[in-house]
Amino acid sequence: MNFMETVLNKSERTAYELGALYERYGYSQYKMSKFEEYDLYVRNKSFLVSDHIITFTDTDGKLMALKPDVTLSIVKNSKDSTDGVRKVYYNENVYRVPKGALSFKEIMQSGLECIGDIDDYCVSEVLTLAAKSLEKISHDFVLDVSDMSIISGIVDSLSLSRKGREDVLVCIGEKNLHGIDAVCRAEGVDGARAQTLKELVSSELDCEKMLSILKDTECADEARALASIIEVLASELGARIRIDFSVIADMRYYNGIVFKGFVRGVPTAVLSGGRYDSLMQKMGKGSGAIGFAVYLDAIAELDEIYCEYDTDVFVLYDDNIDVRVISKVVREVAQSGERALAGKKVPEKLKYKSIVDLTKEEA
Amino acid sequence: MDMLNVALPKGRLGEKVYDMFEKAGFECPSIKEENRKLTFENAELGIRYFWVKPSDVAIYVERGAADIGVAGKDILLEYKPDVYELLDLDIGKCRVAVAAPADFRDVPGRALKVATKFANIAKAHYDSIGREIDIIHLNGSIELAPILKLSDVIVDIVETGRTLKENNLEVIEDIVPISARLIANKASSKFKGEIIGKISRGLASQISL
Repeated sequence: MNFMETVLNKSERTAYELGALYERYGYSQYKMSKFEEYDLYVRNKSFLVSDHIITFTDTDGKLMALKPDVTLSIVKNSKDSTDGVRKVYYNENVYRVPKGALSFKEIMQSGLECIGDIDDYCVSEVLTLAAKSLEKISHDFVLDVSDMSIISGIVDSLSLSRKGREDVLVCIGEKNLHGIDAVCRAEGVDGARAQTLKELVSSELDCEKMLSILKDTECADEARALASIIEVLASELGARIRIDFSVIADMRYYNGIVFKGFVRGVPTAVLSGGRYDSLMQKMGKGSGAIGFAVYLDAIAELDEIYCEYDTDVFVLYDDNIDVRVISKVVREVAQSGERALAGKKVPEKLKYKSIVDLTKEEA
Repeated sequence: MDMLNVALPKGRLGEKVYDMFEKAGFECPSIKEENRKLTFENAELGIRYFWVKPSDVAIYVERGAADIGVAGKDILLEYKPDVYELLDLDIGKCRVAVAAPADFRDVPGRALKVATKFANIAKAHYDSIGREIDIIHLNGSIELAPILKLSDVIVDIVETGRTLKENNLEVIEDIVPISARLIANKASSKFKGEIIGKISRGLASQISL
């Protein structure tokens, strides 16, 4: 076991590894203050994962917030330029109430943002880095990709009421085909159009199947564009990258490709991102943007393997043992790369791989 | 083998659901033995069942302790877990409704006092019609609340309406029909999709019969 594995937990190690990965692709670190003006979050509350925000009044009377999100700060502080691309990554703590929790948590989050003149290369690079980020967490991962312009086009074609549209979007996220049926039936939607939507969200698709489902729809061009990007990535990632239209995001902010990453052993998505030109426009900027966040708190569950033992070797001694002997044994264990814990009594419930009992060795 | 964990709701509904799983080819005979065990597995098929309180099924599935489970639509609407809702099993059918004493008369000038264990469903319903309410969250014997003037109305599950009738209450408005749903953890669906798909198809074939 090396130093990185013993001293840092899985989340901390991954944060360092991700930083190094993003640097290699030309992204520079974006350091920011822990605080931001509360007003920024109030105006974009629905963009946030949780609407609970820790606030305080600064010395000049301004209402401030502990950052519940990183992307909004980066967008706010980025120059509006459609000429060239600015690439940044971050490794920051954010403060919010996770779903189902009753109190605020400090959450470690890494991620990157690519802002400016976003072309197909930028999109494929961000997706590649999303996949590589997942690979740093676990080799057994899946990256599900969807496209809000296709979802939006298909849902628009159903001509639903506002409530019906909201309900159908919820059903899409749940892969709830019977729910889609119920909404469409209640609003008298043409069965063939509802069927197209159901085929799209029912399972993960390959490019060929997606193109076949969408070939006669108003989204055929978008489908071809998505397929061309996925095909490039699939040559490297194989079945680990999949088209899954149940991945959706708020259309007020996201307008193109959106994606989520999963690793075996973690019950929630560990990575989430997408194209958010609409957020840029909402904040008065004309450039495009795409990025993702890695939820490092979610991968803490993968740490168990490293926590199986409290120490590798317990060195048991008593008052009769020469300090130099104890020091030598501990030093040798540590130099071999294992963890040593010396004591006169084995603590109750301590889990160790082996024990060196100096009291017996002396006898 | 990586086992598939299935959370079943304790009680009559859960037994019906298990029978459907059995018919779908995922039997586990030990589940029918009289004992106090909580988990039952068929290692050959790679499936493990466990009984949990019906209202907890969604939490087990959302948090990944169970890969799939069966929960009432009422629980899904109330807690909005981030899970896939794969099937309407068309059993355990009932409805969430507003009920009140037979002589109830709504007084629009003040907030309506609503006793319920479904605070979110009640709030969403009254928000949609613009009626101000005062929610009184109770965990059981909801019917008692209007009788003792704790509330004006109740929002609760109604199956046959017998309990309401026996307490001189009546349904004044249906909110939403309810039935049992097959739900799946989103991450599990990525890594155990094959067996989840097989179960889902096996159950779906029984619904259309």
